[in-house]
Amino acid sequence: MSIGTLSFSHLTTGQQLAIKYYSVAVILFAAQVLFGLLAGLQYLRPDFLYEVLDFSVNRMVHVNAMVVWMLYGFMGAIFWLVEEEAGVELVGAKLANLGFWVLTAAVTVVVLVYLFVQIGPGTMESLWFINEGREYIEAPRWADIGIVICLLIFFYNISATFMKGKWSGISGVLVLDLVAVAGLYLAGMFYITNTSVEQYWWWWVIHMWVEATWEVLVGCIMAWGLIKTLGASRKIVTTWLYIEVALMLGSGILGLGHHYFWIGTPEYWFTVGGFFSALEPVPLVAMVVHAVYDSGVHRFKNSNHPALAWFIAHAFGNFFGAGVFGFMHTLPQINLYTHGSQWSSSHGHLAFFGAYATINIAMFYMGIQKWRGDVYMSANIAHSWRWKWALSLLCLGMTGMTIALLISGYEQSFIERALGGATWAAYFEAQQTAWYVQGMVWRQIWGYVFASGLVLLIWDLLTIGKGDTRPMLLPEPAEH
Amino acid sequence: METVWWASEDLWRKVAIWITAFMTVVLIVLTYDSLHAITAGGESGRVKAYSVINNRVYYKFDKERNLPVPVIGDSAPLFGKTLTEDEAYALVTKGKITTHAKNCMGCHTFLGNGAYYAPDLTKSWLDPAWGSEGVREELMVTFLKDPETNARGFGSDRKMPNLNITDEEAHAIVAYLKWLSTIDTNGFPRNFTPISQEGDR
Repeated sequence: MSIGTLSFSHLTTGQQLAIKYYSVAVILFAAQVLFGLLAGLQYLRPDFLYEVLDFSVNRMVHVNAMVVWMLYGFMGAIFWLVEEEAGVELVGAKLANLGFWVLTAAVTVVVLVYLFVQIGPGTMESLWFINEGREYIEAPRWADIGIVICLLIFFYNISATFMKGKWSGISGVLVLDLVAVAGLYLAGMFYITNTSVEQYWWWWVIHMWVEATWEVLVGCIMAWGLIKTLGASRKIVTTWLYIEVALMLGSGILGLGHHYFWIGTPEYWFTVGGFFSALEPVPLVAMVVHAVYDSGVHRFKNSNHPALAWFIAHAFGNFFGAGVFGFMHTLPQINLYTHGSQWSSSHGHLAFFGAYATINIAMFYMGIQKWRGDVYMSANIAHSWRWKWALSLLCLGMTGMTIALLISGYEQSFIERALGGATWAAYFEAQQTAWYVQGMVWRQIWGYVFASGLVLLIWDLLTIGKGDTRPMLLPEPAEH
Repeated sequence: METVWWASEDLWRKVAIWITAFMTVVLIVLTYDSLHAITAGGESGRVKAYSVINNRVYYKFDKERNLPVPVIGDSAPLFGKTLTEDEAYALVTKGKITTHAKNCMGCHTFLGNGAYYAPDLTKSWLDPAWGSEGVREELMVTFLKDPETNARGFGSDRKMPNLNITDEEAHAIVAYLKWLSTIDTNGFPRNFTPISQEGDR
């Protein structure tokens, strides 16, 4: 097949599956942004879609679409690299394909129920079949079980492939991490009346995913990506990966304590959570150093410019979003005023985008390159303004939203908590102050900027490399 | 080129494994202790037994801990009916399940966790928004059943949608919120000003 033309014959079995995962991921990414815009608009015009698609519904779809598209991106990325890394064909390809369709069908049903049924009566049946009402993991219980089964199939495919082929540092870390990702999900699959205990376990899923196991997972993807795009030395990249795992889990596991300041748990979590979460930015600094150093050593000569740009965006986005914006309000003395305010959403937006959206987008570009027969994607590609503008608009839009939400958050914590006595009246007073409202208006404007970046990104992903017959520029090995 | 010992792959693999294992063990030990401390009705008193809804709930500033702590006062049965621990558990459970089924967390926060479109519900039972102690219970039930007509937006246009909450569910939610307000949250939310109640100190 010729270079520049889309063809599955360019891809391995795992990579063909990865393209399917990526496609659903992009659709869900678009859904995330659409429902985010609707929810954002409701802050400005509360009557908008009132009792049709209420804020709670839009927000639930917004955050759930995010979690699921990122998981799809990760699963796709792992299917993408597994065969090259193991040196053998994917084990259990038919089962993997079935897993994809079952999972996608389940996600579709869950979203349709979210949108058209929305809520149910106060019985356990509602939690089993409509939604579980727990932020981020709202998926009803039947879907939880389905997700676990699909993850087990996925785990079988990946670990069996590595077992049949060869292991590497990257694949070892990856497989152990997948065990933790799947195992931790179980902590979110039961109902309990005691809210303190419920939230204790709920954070095992949320925190241990996004601030520990997902970080390790993207560390593996990043390591592989730098080898592929830059030709970075595997030995150095693997050593860095181990350092990052040590720092990440060394700080992140007990960093969990910053969620245990106010849920009824004992006061020693102030010390444990404050101390270890203050260390959480350290591995993220290491990642920035790692990415920039490797790029510098190779003088930025690489096989895929958009992908490398997004890998570097990931390194910085992870550091600023998860590291700086997380640290900013992680100490209990500050968190007492900021917990449960727009500070959290400011941090949440930049962290999820910076740490996870970016690296998934990088992998999408790696995907499209090979799908077009390892087409040339280095300097002087046609229409390169598209990927550059998409990257700029997405990063700018997200930065704008983050800062706007932070200003609203400052206003909220000051008026509602510090001055107002944290009552309902104080809450609503804060929500109506001019600077809070201005923050929300600007968040919406930057949201449109972000959405325009996404449209451009999708257009670029569909067209980049089309008709280009130059072969991919092979990365040069480092001069170590 | 020979790798110096501190940059060797092997060393860092071992470091990663040992650190992860050590931190996991510490977390498990702390989890065991914390779960014991937050058992409902447990001896630490951080999370109260469900039958606490039979009593009045106050907040008192604890000088030693330098934060307000919940204090359980005289008998003040919810909806005028004293419940056993089992009955109280059943009612609070019904209320809690209803808050899940109606996706309350999609707009509100509980213990500060959830969405920020509507007020935190941790101490909503004690919120001055309910006017006075005497009318609070009924006002809460009326509000939950028809939040649009009884909107409490304090001058804002934001209002809770009608979530088809039944009379039984509304009573149960109020029970759950009363119990929730007794959790010792280490002073969160900061500076909370409760409703004035009989016997206030």
